[in-house]
Amino acid sequence: MEFKTLQEFLTFTKGQEYLIAIGAIVLFSFFWFLLDRKQQKQK
Amino acid sequence: MNRVIEQQYNNKFKEVLLLGNDWKKYFRSLITPFNVIAALILSIGIPLTVIRFTRGIGAVSNLNDTNPWGFWIGVDVLSGVALAAGGFTIGTAVYLFGMKKYHPILRPAILTGFLGYFFVVVGLCFDLGRPWRLPYPMFVSYGVTSVMFLVGWHVATYLTVQFIEFSPAFFEAFGWRKIRRWAVRLTIGATIAGVILSTLHQSALGALFLISPNKLHPLWYTSYLPVFFFVSAIVGGMTMVIFESTISHKVFRHQIDPVDHLTLKEITFGLGKGASALLFTYFCLKWVGVAHHNNWHYLNTSLGHWFLVEVFGFILAPCLVLFMGFKRMNLTMVRTGAIWTVLGLILNRVNVSIIAMNWQRADRYFPSWMEIMITITVITVGLLVFRFIVNRTPTLYRHPDFLNEPDH
Amino acid sequence: MSVGRRKFLGTISTATIALAGLKVSANENFTGYPERYGMLIDTTQCIGKDCRLCEDACKKRNKLSLDDLDLKDNSVFDKARRTNSNNFTIVNKFINPDNQKDIFVKFQCMQCNEPACASACLVKAFTKTPEGSVIYNKDVCIGCRYCMVACPFYTLAYDYNDAYTPQVRKCTMCFEKIKDGQKPACVEICPKESITFGKREELIELAHQKIRSHPDRYIDRVYGELDVGGTSVLYLAETDFANLGFDTQLGKTPYPEYTRGFLSAVPLVLTIWPVLLVGLYKASQSRELKTTKEIYKDEEGDKK
Repeated sequence: MEFKTLQEFLTFTKGQEYLIAIGAIVLFSFFWFLLDRKQQKQK
Repeated sequence: MNRVIEQQYNNKFKEVLLLGNDWKKYFRSLITPFNVIAALILSIGIPLTVIRFTRGIGAVSNLNDTNPWGFWIGVDVLSGVALAAGGFTIGTAVYLFGMKKYHPILRPAILTGFLGYFFVVVGLCFDLGRPWRLPYPMFVSYGVTSVMFLVGWHVATYLTVQFIEFSPAFFEAFGWRKIRRWAVRLTIGATIAGVILSTLHQSALGALFLISPNKLHPLWYTSYLPVFFFVSAIVGGMTMVIFESTISHKVFRHQIDPVDHLTLKEITFGLGKGASALLFTYFCLKWVGVAHHNNWHYLNTSLGHWFLVEVFGFILAPCLVLFMGFKRMNLTMVRTGAIWTVLGLILNRVNVSIIAMNWQRADRYFPSWMEIMITITVITVGLLVFRFIVNRTPTLYRHPDFLNEPDH
Repeated sequence: MSVGRRKFLGTISTATIALAGLKVSANENFTGYPERYGMLIDTTQCIGKDCRLCEDACKKRNKLSLDDLDLKDNSVFDKARRTNSNNFTIVNKFINPDNQKDIFVKFQCMQCNEPACASACLVKAFTKTPEGSVIYNKDVCIGCRYCMVACPFYTLAYDYNDAYTPQVRKCTMCFEKIKDGQKPACVEICPKESITFGKREELIELAHQKIRSHPDRYIDRVYGELDVGGTSVLYLAETDFANLGFDTQLGKTPYPEYTRGFLSAVPLVLTIWPVLLVGLYKASQSRELKTTKEIYKDEEGDKK
C-alpha cells in the first residue's frame, strides 16, 4: 500500500494496532472468564 | 456508634441527603468556618466562570498564541491527574499485590482518584475552546497519531472504571444489596483495567511534550519524559493518599472506627517508606535523563539552577525526610515529607508546561489572578463534593450490614 | 493443557505476530504529493517599508479586520511581530550584521510536508492536501490548542476572545485559489515579485539555480528544503537565517516522528499488561491459599 505522507502511514498503522490491541483485551477477558468458570466447576 | 451512621441505616433518600436532619437544622449546621471560606471563594469563582463562558478564554486568562497552555493545564490537568493516581496505586497494592493492611484507606483513595479525575475534566472544560465538543475524539473524529487522543480516551474510560470501583459504597449507602454484589464482581477487572489505563495516560501526559523539542528546555526535555511522569505520578498518588488520610482522620474523626485510627499509623509509615524508595529512584532517573543527552553544561545557567532546586529541593529532600520519618517512626515527619512531595510534583508539572517551556522566547507567560482564582474554585468545589460523599457513604468505615459480603 | 488455555495462548501469539508483521511489511518510503505547490520567498527582494501589501491582500482574502493595519506606519518594524488571529502573515525587519542594511522577512505558516499540527491533533482537524496547503477543519476542533504547542514555527493563532465559535487561525496558502489554478493573494499583490509560486520540487531547483548564479547575493541554504522534513514554504537570504528570526536548529526530523516511539508502545502495553496483571493477581491469591494449606498440613501433623 502506498502512503503519500507520514501522517497517512501513521494513521493507518496506529488505527490497526489499536483495533488489534482492543480486540486482544476483549478476547483475553473472555478467556479469563472461561478459565475461571472452569476452575469453579472443578471445585 | 455515632448518630451520623445510625441515620444512614434508614436508607431513605432524604435521610441520606440531610444526614438525618430536617431542612432547617441541616442548613443551620452548614455554617462552619470552612463553609464560610468556601462560600467566599465561590462568590468570586462563579462570576468568573460566567465571564469565562460568555466572553471567552481571553477575558479571564493571560494565555496567548505563543503560550497556549498555562496555569490551567499545568496545575488543574497535569498536576491534578498525577495526584489522583492514588486510586490505582492503592487498588493495585490491595488487590493485585495482596497487601491487605492498606484496605482501610482503599475506598477514600479511590474516591480521591475518582473525584480528582472528574474535577480535572471540569478544570479542562475551562481551558478548552469548545468544551461541549469534549466527546468528539471519542465519537466524531479520530486523530490516532496524537498522544492527546490517547489521553482523552484513557481519562474517559478511567473515570468509568473508577466509578465502578467506588460504586459499591453508593449501593451500601442505599442498601441495594443485589446491585452491589454485581458491581463488586467487577472489582478485580476494574482494578486491572485501571492499572493499564493509568500506566498509559500518566506516561502519555509526559509524552505530550515530546513534540516540542525546540521549545522545552534541554534539562526537562528528554525521551524519558513518559517514564518520569509515570513514576512521579505513583509517588504523587501515594503521598496524596497520606495527605488526604491525615486530613480525613481529623475532619471525619467521628466516622472512623478506633481500630482504623491505630492502623493509620502503620499504613502511613508503609506508604511513606514506599514513596521514599520511589522518590530516590525518580531522583536517579532524572540524572539518567541529563546524561542520556549529555546536557551537563546546562546546569550552570539560571534555568539549570532552577532544575537543581527542583531535583535536590523537591525530590531528594522530601525523599530523605520521608526516609528519616520512617526510620524514626515519626508520623509528623512522614506527613511533612508527603506534603513536600506533593508540592514537588506540582512544581515539576509547572516547570515542564510553563517555566521551562518557551524558555528562549521573549513573549513569556504569567497567569492572571483570575486563572488562579478559577483553579482555587474548582478545587474548592471538589473538596465540597468529597465531603458530601464521605458524609453519606461508607467510605471511611465499613457498613455493618455488609460486613459479611465479599468485596471483590 | 485445557482447551481454554490453548485458545488463550493462541490469541496472544497471533496478536504479537500480527503486530510484528505490520511493522515489517509497511511501506516506509513516503512519496509525498509530488505535484504539491510551494512558495519561494526571496528576502533580498522584499522592500518591506511603505509596503506590506501582502499583509493587506491576505487580510482582504481571509476577510480579517483591517483596523489594525496602517500601511503608512513603519514604526511596526521596531518590534518583531508574530502572526495572530487577525493577521495570518506579517513582515518583520532585521538588520544584516555585516552591512547594517535592513532586511525584511515575511512570516506565515510553513505548510510542512509532515506537519506537527496534523499529527498532534486529536480530532484530525488538520490535513496536508495534495496541493500542498495544510488546511484546518473548524467543524471538529475542540480547542485544546495542542497543535499550537506542537508547531515549531509559532505560526498558529487562536480566537481567545471568542466564547462560542473560536477557531485556530493560520495561512492556508490560499487553498481555494490554488485549487482553482490561481496564485495566493500575497504572491499576486507583491510589487517586487519577491514570492514565486509553483511546484515545490521546481522551486527548490530554481532556488539552487539562483544561489549558483548569484553566490554574492545569497548564502548557500534554502530554508525549508530539509528543515523538519521539508516545508512547502522556502526562503532565500543574504545572511545567516539565524539573524533573520529563523530557528536554524530545528533539524531534519519530521515532527510526527517525535511521538511515534511512545505511540508504538501503547498497543503493546494494552496487549501485555492484562496477562501480566492477572498473573500477579493469581500469584498473590496462591500465596494466601498456600498459607491455608500449610495451616491445614500443620494441623494434620499436630494430630499425628
